[in-house]
Amino acid sequence: MSTTQPAVAPKAVPPPSNLQQRARTAKKKLTSPWASMIAVVIALVWTVPTFGLLITSFRPEIDIRRSGWWTVFADAFAGEGVFSFRNYEIALFDSSTSLIDFFVNSFVITLPAVFIPITVALLAAYAFAWIDFKGRDILFVAVFALQIVPIQITLIPLLRAYVGTGINGTFWPIWLSHSMFALPLAIFLLHNFMRDIPSSLVEAARVDGAGHVKIFFRVILPLLTPAIAAFAIFQFLWVWNDLLVALVMGGPQTFPLTVRIAELAGSRGGDWHVLSAGAFISIIVPLIVFLSLQRYFVRGLLAGSVKG
Amino acid sequence: MDWLLSAGDDPVHKFLLMIIAIALFVAVMALILVVVDRRRNPSKWFVAGGFVGPALVLLAAGLFYPAGGTIVNSFQNRNGSEFIGLDNYARAFSEPAFLLVLGNTALWVLVAPALATFIGLVYAVVVDHSRFEKFAKALVFLPMAISMVGASIIWRFVYEFKPESVEQTGLLNQIIVWLGGSPVQFLLERPLNTFLLMVVLIWIQTGFAMTLLSASIRAIPTDIVEAARLDGLSGLGMFWRITIPSIRPALVVVLTTIAMTTLKVFDIVRTMTAGRYGTSVVANEFYEQSFRQNNAGLGAALAVLLFVIVIPVIIYNVRQMRLAEEVR
Repeated sequence: MSTTQPAVAPKAVPPPSNLQQRARTAKKKLTSPWASMIAVVIALVWTVPTFGLLITSFRPEIDIRRSGWWTVFADAFAGEGVFSFRNYEIALFDSSTSLIDFFVNSFVITLPAVFIPITVALLAAYAFAWIDFKGRDILFVAVFALQIVPIQITLIPLLRAYVGTGINGTFWPIWLSHSMFALPLAIFLLHNFMRDIPSSLVEAARVDGAGHVKIFFRVILPLLTPAIAAFAIFQFLWVWNDLLVALVMGGPQTFPLTVRIAELAGSRGGDWHVLSAGAFISIIVPLIVFLSLQRYFVRGLLAGSVKG
Repeated sequence: MDWLLSAGDDPVHKFLLMIIAIALFVAVMALILVVVDRRRNPSKWFVAGGFVGPALVLLAAGLFYPAGGTIVNSFQNRNGSEFIGLDNYARAFSEPAFLLVLGNTALWVLVAPALATFIGLVYAVVVDHSRFEKFAKALVFLPMAISMVGASIIWRFVYEFKPESVEQTGLLNQIIVWLGGSPVQFLLERPLNTFLLMVVLIWIQTGFAMTLLSASIRAIPTDIVEAARLDGLSGLGMFWRITIPSIRPALVVVLTTIAMTTLKVFDIVRTMTAGRYGTSVVANEFYEQSFRQNNAGLGAALAVLLFVIVIPVIIYNVRQMRLAEEVR
């Protein structure tokens, strides 16, 4: 498990002597039985549901129907518990579910829907931060304000436009929609990071005769890797986990995992052997990405919300 | 042309299309940048246009233009053939079914953000500087990576109901049975079911609240804490008089951010109950009316409603940003 330490600015770290004192008071705080109990209860409520479904996904269908997942511990003790990947096999490859096809769709949707908005937003953020043009501030405020506009307000006319051009039901409207919806947050976030780059660096490059395109690629881009990673994780989680856009803009040939699993929850709500395995098939990729890049995610979270 | 549009069911074709889409995009962007770079003594407008233009075109086409269309639609009948004034709004605010939807949404926005923030804050304070801090935080943080659909499945299994005569497979009902009660059909019980749906969102959002609040607690200047301690403050007194006032800006950000997410909650309601049993909310009803009942006018009115509710938050945010800008 990687770190959860939030990336706090250096000034936030208290001096050592104080650290000791804080540790002492914290210890006092934690020896209070109430505080420990609260911590344990919250930790349990936040993990047991996932854990229960995870165990269930490895149990035979008949067992899932007959008894609760917590009985496996007693069974295992008696040497009776049976675990297998059978549910995953059924969920992925059985023709009635064939989640593998939807897994492919999730992947095919996500990659361009992360790459395109980041690129567009990087260029725009550069312009807002380093090119001095008239109306810049008012434009930036407009983009910033768009961040929390509910995308519901755009869906019907957008879909109508896609139908008009004949690209509805393919991947193109999904890629386009995700790219457009992501821009306000992407521009704002990347702009925040970009403005923290010392202007002397940009000035020096300009004195050397570099144009904006050269400055962007040679000076700015290499320094922005952490910021790009931070937003890439946001956008990845958003697109991979999205239900609404994929459901409205897509068709049977483009539906991602989320759409299929929400559908299974409705039509086969009692088939927990398929649902449990299916849920984890859809969770596993974001979980891996999230755990391995958590540091960047937290940084983006702090930059995006606290500053604004 | 058809080959470029639709991949059918062929996975290889899908991957090829994906690569083509990215390549096409890269080519267009490269062309724009090359044109901007080649021009000798370009005007500022020309350069700025090259950099910011693609984003503005996408925003105009993807947000401004369709938002305008939806606002117009909201004054039209179900297929947009004639204007009916405010009828859609009148219906949304008078029919009992829609009043329930509005009431549920209000309940969500009032309860879920407050609880997620409260639990996140309490947890951040309690596990801060403990031996298991990193691990404990990771546990609460992890649901943020899980989709609302996945989280709904996880919780539906907790709420699973079996008749009293057979063994329970849902944890919550089993606990009730262990305590001597009889099992409950949680998702059918009104208004309990709405709160049980909220649990899923709170479960996802608490990690967000915890992370932000924990960071801002750490940023409280130590001299303030010291001074308060010399004045004899400790424990809960310190929490209410020093911690809470110091992190108020972060609290506001966390509450409004989660409230905005809550307002648009769709996935959870869709996956858990599909809006049945009196659990529907505005975002779900928008989908239901627009794409299931084919009542585009009413759907548009509900979408506009969502938008109108967030306008005060937008104004507040812009004002805060302006203030932060002046400080810089």
